[in-house]
Amino acid sequence: MTRFLLPIFVLAALVALLVVGLNRDPSYVPSPLLGKQAPAFSLPRLDDPARTLSNRDLGGDVALLNVWATWCAGCRQEHPYLMELSRTADVRIFSLNWKDDPDLARQWLQTLGNPYAATGVDQDGRVAIDWGVYGAPETFLVDAAGKVLYKHIAPLNAEVWQKEFMPRIRQAREQRQ
Amino acid sequence: MSSAGLRAWIVVLLLVLAATSVRAIDQEPPLQDPERQALYERLTHEVRCLVCQNQTVADSTAPLAADLRREIYAMVEEGRSEEDIKTFLLDRYGDFVLYKPRFLYSTALLWLAPGLLLLAGALAIGVVVRRRAALPADQDADENPPAATGTGA
Repeated sequence: MTRFLLPIFVLAALVALLVVGLNRDPSYVPSPLLGKQAPAFSLPRLDDPARTLSNRDLGGDVALLNVWATWCAGCRQEHPYLMELSRTADVRIFSLNWKDDPDLARQWLQTLGNPYAATGVDQDGRVAIDWGVYGAPETFLVDAAGKVLYKHIAPLNAEVWQKEFMPRIRQAREQRQ
Repeated sequence: MSSAGLRAWIVVLLLVLAATSVRAIDQEPPLQDPERQALYERLTHEVRCLVCQNQTVADSTAPLAADLRREIYAMVEEGRSEEDIKTFLLDRYGDFVLYKPRFLYSTALLWLAPGLLLLAGALAIGVVVRRRAALPADQDADENPPAATGTGA
């Protein structure tokens, strides 16, 4: 009996392995930052380069840090949803304008709307490296004490927001009370 | 095709091939210390470009790869150790950033699988050989044609 069953069993195991492997997204790289303190940074603001945006500005309550650029198609796709969040969600959205032309970035916010409380300009991509950014758009959820709770890689949408962000935001706020 | 035309094509082909081999990704001058330069070369060939995941940072023309080369270059120039630079990258991008991942619980299966498979193969061969040896010679009909049985091996 084992003579026939064993090869079938081995084949089934191999098929299972391949099915799992094929359904995983190889472009998703889990962030080692999760659960750790957000990297410190201080960047000139897009609206006023004389002022800075730093990781301290994010503290006090949960906050989002959205990484975007005008050359990034996914960012354009995501932008209307960020506008909606800025109107409806009770969360401050900060952003990192990543390896971009500041003039184009300002133009983008003027024509499409500005969902951000403040935007830091990371032209040489140094801060992005500290945050482990590798493909815009990326969105980090940071708690009041500056701990990274979650990172989403890809355009944000209502489904991801309800499923991944809302429960974490609620939990973080409850813990603070 | 005339031989002159053919010759012209060969010259063009050779020039194109020559151009690809001298194409340098960065303009940075090599580091003064050959050992440091070797470390830079080694590291950039071991670090994965996360945008185009099947290329190393040394091979990729992606902007992020250029940034990472610049960071690695600066750290090598500062005299930081290989361990130190790898830790810098691992803290930010996780184990996937190294083409040769560290040995951890999560990567143990990856590292041990070839040995385990070899062991499984050796065990399978061992079991089969033993079984065959235990069979009486005249029952070994799978291998030997009936005419050959009895003459013995």
